[in-house]
Amino acid sequence: MAIDHQTSVLPPKLRIDGLAKRYGNFTALEPTQLEVHSGEFLTLLGPSGSGKTTLLQLVCGLVDASEGSIFIDGIEQSNVPVHRRDIGLVFQHYALFPHLTVSENIGFPLKMRGVPDSQIKTRVNTALEMVHLGSLANRFPKELSGGQQQRVALARCFVYQPSIILMDEPLGALDKKLRDQMQIEIKRLHRESGATIIYVTHDQEEALALSDRICLMNHARIEQIGTPREIYMNPCSAFAADFIGISNILRGSIQIDQNRNSWLVTSYGRFLLPAGVSKEMVSGAVVVRPEHLTFDATSPNTLRATVRDLVYAGSETRVIATLDDGQDVIVRQPPDIEVPGRGSSITLGWQAERAVVIP
Amino acid sequence: MTAQAIKRVFVNPLWLAIPGILFLLVFFVYPVCSLLLLSVTDPDTGQWAVKSYTRILNTDVYLRVLGITFRIAAQTACLSLIIAYPLAYWVASLPERVRNKALLLIIIPFWTSYLVKTFAWMIMLGRMGVINSILIGAELVKEPLPLLHNEFGVLVGMVHTMVPLAVMTMLPVMTSIDRRLISAAQTLGASPSKAFWLVYFKLSLPGVTAGGLLVFISSLGFFIVPAFLGGRQQTMLAQLIITQVSELLNWSFAGALSVMMLVTTLTAVFFYDLIFGISSIAGKEGSESSHSKIRIFGLQILEFISTAANILSQLSRVILGGYVTERLLAVFAWLIIGFLIMPTLLVIPIGFTKSEFLEFPPPGYSLRWFETYFNSALWLTATSRSFIVAFLAACLATAFGAGTALALAKSSSRWAGFIFGFFLAPMIVPRIVIAVGMFYLFARIGLVASNAGLVIGHTVLSLPFTVVTIGAILKTYDMRLDQAASTLGANRVRTLIHITLPVIKGGLIAAFLFAFITSFDELTVAIFISGGLATTLPKQMWDDMILQLNPTLAAVSTVVLIVVTLLLLIAERFRKNTIS
Ligand SMILES: Nc1ncnc2c1ncn2[C@@H]1O[C@H](COP(=O)(O)OP(=O)(O)O)[C@@H](O)[C@H]1O
Ligand SMILES: [Mg+2]
Repeated sequence: MAIDHQTSVLPPKLRIDGLAKRYGNFTALEPTQLEVHSGEFLTLLGPSGSGKTTLLQLVCGLVDASEGSIFIDGIEQSNVPVHRRDIGLVFQHYALFPHLTVSENIGFPLKMRGVPDSQIKTRVNTALEMVHLGSLANRFPKELSGGQQQRVALARCFVYQPSIILMDEPLGALDKKLRDQMQIEIKRLHRESGATIIYVTHDQEEALALSDRICLMNHARIEQIGTPREIYMNPCSAFAADFIGISNILRGSIQIDQNRNSWLVTSYGRFLLPAGVSKEMVSGAVVVRPEHLTFDATSPNTLRATVRDLVYAGSETRVIATLDDGQDVIVRQPPDIEVPGRGSSITLGWQAERAVVIP
Repeated sequence: MTAQAIKRVFVNPLWLAIPGILFLLVFFVYPVCSLLLLSVTDPDTGQWAVKSYTRILNTDVYLRVLGITFRIAAQTACLSLIIAYPLAYWVASLPERVRNKALLLIIIPFWTSYLVKTFAWMIMLGRMGVINSILIGAELVKEPLPLLHNEFGVLVGMVHTMVPLAVMTMLPVMTSIDRRLISAAQTLGASPSKAFWLVYFKLSLPGVTAGGLLVFISSLGFFIVPAFLGGRQQTMLAQLIITQVSELLNWSFAGALSVMMLVTTLTAVFFYDLIFGISSIAGKEGSESSHSKIRIFGLQILEFISTAANILSQLSRVILGGYVTERLLAVFAWLIIGFLIMPTLLVIPIGFTKSEFLEFPPPGYSLRWFETYFNSALWLTATSRSFIVAFLAACLATAFGAGTALALAKSSSRWAGFIFGFFLAPMIVPRIVIAVGMFYLFARIGLVASNAGLVIGHTVLSLPFTVVTIGAILKTYDMRLDQAASTLGANRVRTLIHITLPVIKGGLIAAFLFAFITSFDELTVAIFISGGLATTLPKQMWDDMILQLNPTLAAVSTVVLIVVTLLLLIAERFRKNTIS
């Protein structure tokens, strides 16, 4: 692309401004803001029905927005029909054309773009090599396994080098082993093509393994957006804390003492909160990740519990302990640390700065 | 209008239905309406007048014919349901793979030419016919029984023609009933016959009533069967209309008779809708309030029937033994299938007879009647005309039908249901009414006795079949393929050409063949539109059958039977392959 790189600010590859979708009274997507940078791998992560597919379909133009606009490279897209947008979409169930062979499927987008036949052939072959399917070029889709069909769908999308690629739970129908393998492939394709990818999944491990940034969705809106590490370290809500990684959440009311320290008052005791808690908050919760809990009774914040279960997972030991009211907390310890046995009473502690406060 | 609204109107998929709608408006709605108008116009002065109606009311022969028509249609509907129900039940209970094969044994007689079927019954039931020959040969009777040219003959012919339609209407409802419900009822303490009547039969009722309605309204417009198998006392309304038009050219009066037929049909549909809800034709559950008196009364009747059936089945177990009783259903089903298929098969050996007469069994075999057929310019031009007309009509009906079915499949508009009903209308409105209306229109624009007129008429009549067939295929079509094509850079037209049409190709071919058969076998329109030398095969058969029965007719019938059955088998194959 002949873009003048001296321009000080490039527009983001994709910008979504106040985009919303309603079906009658039902809101499938609340007004949403989002920016995706060129070459980025962004994952839309959220439970089923949270509006991920709707957002993808709006971006590629398969459904019309109720309000808001979409910009690609700074150009508004509402008058650009689906087939003219520089976008590729990989469908959840592949949507391969049953009457076309593998190579005809992959050649289809090139044919639609008026690429000469000779070129189509070489580019289709390159794409087939890229997904290791060279030997299956003349098969029909129904003669392929699920994993192979998925590769064809990927090749059909990458072959015309769209600058934005959308993938809607592309690995959802595959078994675990194949999924792990395909994740590596997708990562490689992303690196080699330099495409901007928006990837939908409801599997947090997949999101963590693939993404530059994760966009957490819940109830038809974006809950939080950031790098996996940012969301893990700083979840903005109980939903975000729960969806990414394992977390221990303790609820209570918030009080400020004469030294201007904030405390969380709960039925399990009083806990010092990290500095910088908003003055307005009167109630809330702390999120303590399992690896931040220790058996150190001298910590400023301590919690009494009874060991219910122990899980030795090789690289770590997980202790599942029960609080007085029956809530479970999970502790993660390196394997070389001695842990108390099942049924013993323990005192858990954590450093105030390690915890995160959420509403 | 905002730009978005304009865009929405412009790309609305319903546009694809427009050609078909316009076609039906011009060649179906307009002729039928003008015929209705004619009935209230004085033929001499052109003034508004109800003369024709007063004539109907004052001449009791017309009212009597209306009564006969109504009675025969009602009897046909009842008998067809009673015979079709066990057959449909049996087919529905077969394992899926066998079921499709068994279904062919019903689909083939469904599509077999009415003329061939009627011709076959004339051979069967005549004074010297097959049945009487057998009975006399076995010395069971001395004098031939009067089986033909009376009410018995008409009912046999009508029921034979209508049972396949009844089975095919009931079957979708029956196959969708969860058979585990019967087992469940039995584990809950119901005897097998109680479980059947109170659960299965109750759930299959929408199919039964829909089948009854379709058979009834189709029977109302019949004329081939009563013309050949009935006597004076069985003259039906459609026969009167034909006489008025083709012999007396009394348009106004024919119009009035057509109105009577249309009104009877629509009244039947209206009451059906009132009682059962029209949606149950499409196999949907009608909404029924749980306290309605009709419902409770209905359940009580079923309770009573089931008790009676229980006693009967135990009696039969005592008399016939358990083994036979359990197989009674299959035996009955095969008997009915024999009844549906055997008479038409009889036509084939007679086509090869050596004799001058329609004897059975033939005294010897020869090809002379086929030679007569293939050496007759009249028969051959009629045959080739039928092929050409059927081909063109099938092309048109498939094109219009595909557009409409695509439009309906892609549209979420509330108009979709209405448009679907509109395209089915040529199946509901009696053919004779459509044909007479068309004749009147074509007479004014010079299309009578032309191939174009025939093609247009047959296209109207085949359209419901193509819309339904292609619509059913599109229901199994994955619309995401279209979305995929558009994200890959194909615009709407190219998506249609490169993806949608190739994928549903089998369904298109099946629809084409169904339309082809419909036209190839069509008589009602042909009676009026194909006058003089420009006759079609069915019209030529009709003329011959009126003049005199002869073995050439058997040879021709054999050819028609083979052509239609082959096309049908091919069509079914394409339809199935596309669905799976
Ligand atoms: N065409 C439609 N009509 C009505 N509701 C819809 C339509 N498409 C999606 N929805 C609703 O919008 C919500 C979001 O759907 P979707 O974006 O598919 O969720 P996700 O992909 O996150 O599982 C769902 O509750 C769904 O039922
Ligand atoms: Mg989804």
